[in-house]
Amino acid sequence: MGTENKKKKAGGKTKGLRPTAKAHGTAEAKSSKEFWELRLYVAGQTPKSLTAFANLKKLCDEHLEGKFRIEVIDLLKNPQLARGDQILAIPTLVRKLPEPIKKIIGDLSNTERVLVGLDLRRAD
Amino acid sequence: MAKTKGNTHLSVATLIKSPTGIMGLDEVTGGGLPKGRPTLIAGAAGCGKTVFAMEFLVNGATKFNEPGVFVSFEEPVEDLVKNFASLGYDLNQLSRSKKMIIDYVHIERSEIEVTGEYDLEGLFVRLGHMVDSVGAKRIALDTIESLFSALPNEGILRAEIRRLFLWLKSKGLTAIITGEKGDGMITRHGLEEYVSDCVIFLDHLLFEQVATRRLRIIKYRGSPHGTNEYPFLIDTTGISVLPVTSLELVHKATSERISTGIPRLDTMFEGKGYYRGSSILISGTAGTGKSSIAAKFAESACQRGERCLYLAFEESESQIIRNMRSIGINLEPWVKKGLLKFHASRPTFCGLEMHLVQIHNLVSSFNPSVVIFDPVTTMISIGTENTVKSMLTRLLDYLKMKKLVTTLFTNLSHHEDLEKTAMAISSLMDTWILLRDIEIGGERNRGLYVLKARGIGHSNQIREFLLTKEGIDMRDVYLGQDKVLTGSARLAQEAADKAEALIRRQETEQKQRELEHKRRAIESRIKLLRSQYKSEEEELRLSIQQAKLNEDVISSATREMAKSRKADVIKPAKGKE
Repeated sequence: MGTENKKKKAGGKTKGLRPTAKAHGTAEAKSSKEFWELRLYVAGQTPKSLTAFANLKKLCDEHLEGKFRIEVIDLLKNPQLARGDQILAIPTLVRKLPEPIKKIIGDLSNTERVLVGLDLRRAD
Repeated sequence: MAKTKGNTHLSVATLIKSPTGIMGLDEVTGGGLPKGRPTLIAGAAGCGKTVFAMEFLVNGATKFNEPGVFVSFEEPVEDLVKNFASLGYDLNQLSRSKKMIIDYVHIERSEIEVTGEYDLEGLFVRLGHMVDSVGAKRIALDTIESLFSALPNEGILRAEIRRLFLWLKSKGLTAIITGEKGDGMITRHGLEEYVSDCVIFLDHLLFEQVATRRLRIIKYRGSPHGTNEYPFLIDTTGISVLPVTSLELVHKATSERISTGIPRLDTMFEGKGYYRGSSILISGTAGTGKSSIAAKFAESACQRGERCLYLAFEESESQIIRNMRSIGINLEPWVKKGLLKFHASRPTFCGLEMHLVQIHNLVSSFNPSVVIFDPVTTMISIGTENTVKSMLTRLLDYLKMKKLVTTLFTNLSHHEDLEKTAMAISSLMDTWILLRDIEIGGERNRGLYVLKARGIGHSNQIREFLLTKEGIDMRDVYLGQDKVLTGSARLAQEAADKAEALIRRQETEQKQRELEHKRRAIESRIKLLRSQYKSEEEELRLSIQQAKLNEDVISSATREMAKSRKADVIKPAKGKE
């Protein structure tokens, strides 16, 4: 499908995961077997898209080391893919796994909100 | 009256319109929605916005070869397909044949988190992709307002929606944007701010438990349009909009005449019957035979091979057929042949507008040349006089203008106001026949007369109207000795007249005979006298002759004697003595 697949590492099981979460004391009670499949929808290499990707990568590296995969989908190249995930806004990050599906709209500049959105941290 | 601004021909040249294919709407808008521009359809929930948008697209795809994209923000595709199947639209089929794409754009607020800046490029990409894949010329967004509840940051959203409309225009798409009615605004989120070319407002009006849908064109830039509230209907054939009144009064009138079906009634109209395309009102009290005249007219239309639509509001089809058979009118074969079509419904079954549209649809599908309303009076039970009158005006306009249909209405009236129709509709009618019962000598008989007949020299005489097993008959009523008699009274009077006439004739004959007799008597007397005279005359003549002879004899004897006596002849003195 020509999707720009940027596998951002699919490392093995890592111990000592999510130190930040633990430090906050509101850590997700997810089992260490969980794998995070994320999709980032963009429309061309716009500044917003680039910012979003950079923000996402940083965040995942910090919180989901070795347990995630990011797929970047450029709708300008594959417009038909917008339908499946009901994409309207750009950029949109979709958490395909673990379920339920979550969507985060925007350039992901607010890390706290992204963490809440991804259920990595509960909103207080 | 609907208002017209400017010159229609001019605006047609400057503004290209995209026909909606919705009955009536194209007439009100002068050809459809502005082509290549967005149109806002606003209205409260359940007033028909989605149907409107969908019909615009389906008609575009099926009738005008303009493929379309329907973007639903509220209903999933499967639901839409199911809902519109009831209107006879096979949306799946249209999708398969690439004439239409239906997409469900949905955002679940609960699964969305917003962080930072965003735009709606994803939506643009989706729309663009669909538009390109079918080569769409039309698009509907139903309703884009739901984005306001799904996405935060209204500032961004508004900017993006504005951009979306510009984008639609740049793509040359004729778009329908639907919007929920707002408080003090046309739409809740002020979409009218972005759509400035054409705004149509849909409404639901409840009057005496009967709901009427209404449509109003609030604005139509660069085009004249009707500004009234137009009733519209959603039924199994989709939306129909009805102009309240036609913009002009331009029926084509024909001088063709058609028989009333009753020969004697034809003779009351110069022997030719009604004008084709005219409206006829038969009014009368209960049981005076209004339906019979209507049925006869229907029968005669069918006999000419024309189609007749019989709208019955009080009796069922089989009831009418049975009753008419009793007076020798057999309608059944015409029904079987498909020339006669009954449509029986209770007036209260639906609102006036619904009736109107039903009739419109029936007329346009069946294409009759004669339409009968039996009786039109019952309509008043579901509307006020004014609304009924306006409905009939519109209906007549339609029937006369479009189809040259002859319409016959029956109207039940009461004794007190026999010559006043219940709805004052008589002014709409070209011909008005009044049936009334005439009560003489303990019986009631039907009298018929023509109150008016525009453009036809008509008889001013009252006729007695008879319903017999052999059919309808009309008789001259008894006129004479300052009396108008009908029924048995007429028969009795006629018999009496006959007897009287016989006596008079006999008397005359008698007198004539007497005269003859006298003449003969006198003549014979004259003869006798003559013969008497003749014989007397003969006798006298003989005696005169005798006398003369005697005289001669005497005088010659005297002369002889004198000669012998030598008597001197005494000559008569000659004046000297």
